[in-house]
Amino acid sequence: MSILEVKGVNKRFGGLQALGNVNLSVQEQTVHAIIGPNGAGKSTLLNCLVGKLIPDTGSVMFDGQSVLGRTPYEINQMGISRVFQTPEIFGDLTVMENMMIPCFAKRDGSFSMTAFAAVRNQKDIIEHAMHALEDMNMADKRHMHSASLSRGDKRRLEIGMCLAQEPRLLLLDEPTAGMARADTNNTIDLLKQIRDTRDITIAIIEHDMHVVFSLAERITVLAQGTPLVEDTPENIKGHPKVREAYLGEAQV
Amino acid sequence: MLGLEKKDFTLLLIVTMMVIVAPFVLNPFPEGTAMAQMFNAGYPDLMQRFAIFGILVIGFNILFGLTGYLSFGHAAFLGAGSYAAVWMFKLLGYDIIPAILLSIAVSGLFSLAVGYVSLRRSGIYFSILTLALAQMMFNMAYSVLGNPSSSYNLTNGETGLQVYNSDPQVLLGATDPNFPHLFGLSMRSETHLLVGNWDFTLNAGYYLSGLFLLLAFYISIRIFRSPFGLMLRAVKSNQERLNYTGLNTRPYTLMAFVISGMYAGLAGGLLACMDPLAGAERMHWTASGEIVIMSILGGIGTLIGPILGAGFNEYFKNILSKINDSVLHEWLSFLPDGFEDIMVTLIHPFVGKGWHLTLGLLFMMVIIFLPGGLVEGGQRIGKLFNRKKADAPSDETPAE
Repeated sequence: MSILEVKGVNKRFGGLQALGNVNLSVQEQTVHAIIGPNGAGKSTLLNCLVGKLIPDTGSVMFDGQSVLGRTPYEINQMGISRVFQTPEIFGDLTVMENMMIPCFAKRDGSFSMTAFAAVRNQKDIIEHAMHALEDMNMADKRHMHSASLSRGDKRRLEIGMCLAQEPRLLLLDEPTAGMARADTNNTIDLLKQIRDTRDITIAIIEHDMHVVFSLAERITVLAQGTPLVEDTPENIKGHPKVREAYLGEAQV
Repeated sequence: MLGLEKKDFTLLLIVTMMVIVAPFVLNPFPEGTAMAQMFNAGYPDLMQRFAIFGILVIGFNILFGLTGYLSFGHAAFLGAGSYAAVWMFKLLGYDIIPAILLSIAVSGLFSLAVGYVSLRRSGIYFSILTLALAQMMFNMAYSVLGNPSSSYNLTNGETGLQVYNSDPQVLLGATDPNFPHLFGLSMRSETHLLVGNWDFTLNAGYYLSGLFLLLAFYISIRIFRSPFGLMLRAVKSNQERLNYTGLNTRPYTLMAFVISGMYAGLAGGLLACMDPLAGAERMHWTASGEIVIMSILGGIGTLIGPILGAGFNEYFKNILSKINDSVLHEWLSFLPDGFEDIMVTLIHPFVGKGWHLTLGLLFMMVIIFLPGGLVEGGQRIGKLFNRKKADAPSDETPAE
């Protein structure tokens, strides 16, 4: 069953057709990668899924409900969590406080005026956050300022924060961009572990073919705002259209 | 204790002690001496201002310190609170309870309206919107709604709103004091304690303001440590991440704005209780700027900072404006005659009417050398004394 259905999505920025008639279907509990050369419209597509951009035409359905016209926080509460290209965390807060915020969002919804309850008395939230930190192997770093974490740990924390909300769909925007090889491999292992142990669908936008081919079960290739092919990794590897999109004109 | 952690409870106790002993500590010099004239600050007028501006800046810190939204219009809520209180005096009588309640409510409503509009933008645009809306309120109070000859004279314009004998004051009892009072205790009533050459004044208005200061401080600690406070700090840290974590930031910032507006209303109401008079100059944008300066002086986002900042600002404003040329001549009389005149001429622009200049310089020094305000200064001094402990890992939370 497909959890995310993108149909006929178009998006123009002035004279530039960023997305042209994009159709995409992400099956439940799979890892679906979206690849393509620079400027193919990968990030634009992702921004249309999370409410940052609104497509000119077309529909985006998540679990049978349209996400169009909803704000990012509403879409998140529907069950879509997003990991950014550069880790977006609360740099002024400690690791533990970072992790508590999605726990509050999960328990209390998008707004709750608990101005007189002390944070330290929220036993269920603390337990939830500790559990989520242990899952990420970060429990020993809980008192650290999150701004002082390493790049890889920041990424880990961000993914952990997204998972703490128990989303149904996890969107990752180039999660290993700018990472050293060791950090990249750690992130791949982490994502593999998430894929194998959780009840979750993962959609990943990625440049690094190593990451894509070690994780994905389905791959969509985007070029100039339009999907070229959608297939399994094995078939994508040797596909002539893909080579053409990445390497330019095919040699005759 | 009281739902506070031990560390916070200690802080509350320290502030309580400060409020109680202020009339003594701030009067270190015996009566009648030149030093007392200049540096004693333990008289009711000034101490009331310490407490009331403390409340104002504590409230402002909930908005600016926690969420990072810099409002440049909070003096308007202070003014609105004062007008509301004086109207209660005019209509009902000098009982301060309805006056304070109405001033909080009126400022709450005004801040809800201003916040609802301004919080659609962030950063500099938010500041400009609050500035513009507050200046509009100032002008309404100063001229449009203050024309004494019109039938809707709400503010009495330039003269300022005050209580006249012809006012209704329907609840005024025969034995009530002819001044704002709490259950018959006039805000002006005071007891003098004469110890040797010292004269300590214990004033009812000051202790009432002090009580409200403690209440305001206690509520602010609770907010800082609550899930709501955590969300406000998250707004300051990364608003986009908060949105993508399923949290709607707008109601959080709006609540913070309204709470800080109500604090300003309480402060305005108390100012009117100490002196039943409200003028539009209280709402001017320079007054809003002073609130920002006080909060930065003390230390943004800290618990105790606002009280220190307000006290520092009021104290130096007070003594600097008292120093005039004859005082300077007296102080520098040990210098050779010509040199003394030169020195007096040099210092002259910085004191008396030029107190803004010195306070501005002090403010610049604090910003440059102590970006964390007076609280950071205190922490640095504390570290000097605890060199050995400095190496041990600290458990300090960022919002100390």
